[in-house]
Amino acid sequence: MRIIVLIKQVPEMDRVEFDSEKGVIDRKSAGVEINPFDLNALETAVQIKEKIGGEIIALSMGPPRADKTLREAVARGADRGILLSDGKFAGADTRATSFTLAHAIKKLAPFDLVIAGEMTVDGDTAQVGPQTAEYLDIPHVAYVTALDEVDTSSLTVTCNIWEGSYRKRMHLPGLITVTKDINFPRLPELRAKMKAREVQISRWEYAAFSDILKPEQIGLKGSPTQVKKITIPPPPERRGQMFSEEELEAALSAVENNIREKRLTGGNREND
Amino acid sequence: MTEYKGIVVIAEQQAGKVHPVAHELLGKAVELARDNPQEIMALVLGPENTDVQGLIERGAEKVFHLRGEIFNLPDELIYKENIVPLLKEIKPAIVLIGATTFGRSLAPRIAAALDTGLTADCTDLQIDEDGKLVQIRPAFTENILAHIKTKTYPQMATIRYREFPKPEPVSAREGKIILKEPFVSQQNRVEILEQITRQEANISEAEVVVAGGRGVKNARDFDILKEMAEALGGTIGASRDVVDAGFVPKAYQVGYSGHRVKPRLYIACGISGAPQHKAGMKESETIIAINTDPSAPIFSIADIGIVGDWYEIIPRLLKKLKEKTD
Repeated sequence: MRIIVLIKQVPEMDRVEFDSEKGVIDRKSAGVEINPFDLNALETAVQIKEKIGGEIIALSMGPPRADKTLREAVARGADRGILLSDGKFAGADTRATSFTLAHAIKKLAPFDLVIAGEMTVDGDTAQVGPQTAEYLDIPHVAYVTALDEVDTSSLTVTCNIWEGSYRKRMHLPGLITVTKDINFPRLPELRAKMKAREVQISRWEYAAFSDILKPEQIGLKGSPTQVKKITIPPPPERRGQMFSEEELEAALSAVENNIREKRLTGGNREND
Repeated sequence: MTEYKGIVVIAEQQAGKVHPVAHELLGKAVELARDNPQEIMALVLGPENTDVQGLIERGAEKVFHLRGEIFNLPDELIYKENIVPLLKEIKPAIVLIGATTFGRSLAPRIAAALDTGLTADCTDLQIDEDGKLVQIRPAFTENILAHIKTKTYPQMATIRYREFPKPEPVSAREGKIILKEPFVSQQNRVEILEQITRQEANISEAEVVVAGGRGVKNARDFDILKEMAEALGGTIGASRDVVDAGFVPKAYQVGYSGHRVKPRLYIACGISGAPQHKAGMKESETIIAINTDPSAPIFSIADIGIVGDWYEIIPRLLKKLKEKTD
C-alpha cells in the first residue's frame, strides 16, 4: 500500500505576534512547526503500514526551509519526503494548493491512500483535503475519528458528519482527513531521528511539472481568491459590572439575580 | 458583464428538516440584494417532505428541489454529482453554503469540480462597487480581517451556523418551486454503512452554556461545569486549548474554529478570552466571566465579571440556586 501524507509547515500560532499599529503579522516572531493535525495523519499512516505493510511518502508544498518539517515526518515514520518548492508555487490559495498537490500525487501513482489533517492551524479552512480529492477524481471521507478496518482495497472508518457519527467504507484509492480524536501521535524513536537527519528530501520545482502545469494555474496567479485588503476589527466591548475577589458575595447575588430574571432554573423556563 | 447572475444558497436538510443556517444565509442574501438587486435562489437536495416553503418564507424567490430518498444519507459524492450540473445550468454569481461538518466537506469538492474559488468561514459578506462579492474572514487568530474577492465564477463561500441573525419567516412571500429528479443516484466508491451516534447536545442551540478554558485543570473537572449547566438547563462549552488537550470533545468547542453560540446566558470559567474564543460567543445575551486574572481579555465583553477562582465560585453559585429552588 502506498500512502501519501500531506504535511504543512505552519507558524507556532501561540507565539505569533501581531503588530496592531501596522496591522501586520510578524511571521518572524514565532518559530515554525509541523501542523499539529498532520501528526495525527502521519500516525494513521504508520498504523496502517504496521498492519498491512507499505510505503509512506510525506508530501509538502512550501519554502525550502519546510525541508525540516519533512525530516520530522520521516522521524515519525514516513519512508521519504517530497517538497514542492518554487517561487512559482508561492502565494497559492486553497485552489492552487490542492491543484498543485493533486498533480504531484499523480506523479506518485499508483498510490492507494492520501491522508491529511482535518485542517491547518494557520489557514483554518479545512478545504485542501476535499479539494485535492476532487482534482484527483478520488473519493474522500472528512473528519475521520477512528480507523475501524483496513485492507489493500478498502478502508472502513468512523467520521463526524451531520452532527453525529457515521461508519463509512471507502474503496481505494481515496483520501481521508483525520481529526485529533483518531489517535495519539507517538514520539519519534532515536533510530528514526538518526535516519531523518541523513535522509534525502526530494525537492520538486516547477520544472518537474512544466509539461502538465501552466504558470497561470498555480501559485498566486492560479489562485481565484485574493486578499484585497486587511482591516482590524474593533474589539467587542460591553460595559459590565466588575467584582473583585473581596466582593464575592455581591457578585454571586448579581449572577443569581440575573439567572432568576431569565427564569433559567426550577423547570419553569420560558419557551423560545 | 458576466453571464453569472443571482445568489444561490445550498440548503442542507436531514429527514426533510432544513438546517437553520440556510435560513440565515437567505436572510443575508436578501440584505445583499437590497442594494444590488438580483435573484435569490435556494437549492435543496432532499426527500419529498423537505421544507421548501420555509426557504421561500426566508426570501428564496426560486427553490430548486432535487427530490430523492438518496439524500437522506450524508454522501458528499452523490450530493456533488447532483449539485455541480445544476450550478452549471443556473450559473449563479454567488453560492453560499453553511459551514456545517457536511458543508465543509462538500463545498470544497463542488468548488474544485467547478474550478472556482472558495472562502471558508466568512464572518461577513458585502457587495463591492464593481458588483463583486467581498468575503470577510478573520485571519491569524482573529487579529485581522481579510477582505477577499474571487476572480472566478461562481464566487463561493461557507459561513458558520449562527454567524448571521435568524430571519423571521414572512408567510406572504411567494416563490417558484422547481422539482427535479436526481441526475445521479448511485456511486460505488464510498458506502455509508451505519449511523453510529447522534450528537447529544447541539451547543449552537443551547440557551445556557457553561464553558471552561485553560483554568480547568483536568477533564474530570468539567463534571463540575456540567452540573452547573444541567441545573440551568444548558450544556457545557470549551475553548480551543482544552479541546486540543483532549478534555472535551470538539462538539463542545466554542470559537472561530468551533461553534458559534448565542445563548441567553454564557458563563466563562477560566477562559482568558482570546479573539478566537470571543468570535464564537460575543453575541450571547448575557456573559458572565470568572477568571483569576483581572487583566483577562474576556472581561472586556462580560456583563458581569468576577475576579476569582471558578473552582470556588461555581459550587457556591450552584448551592445558592439549589437552596431556593428546593
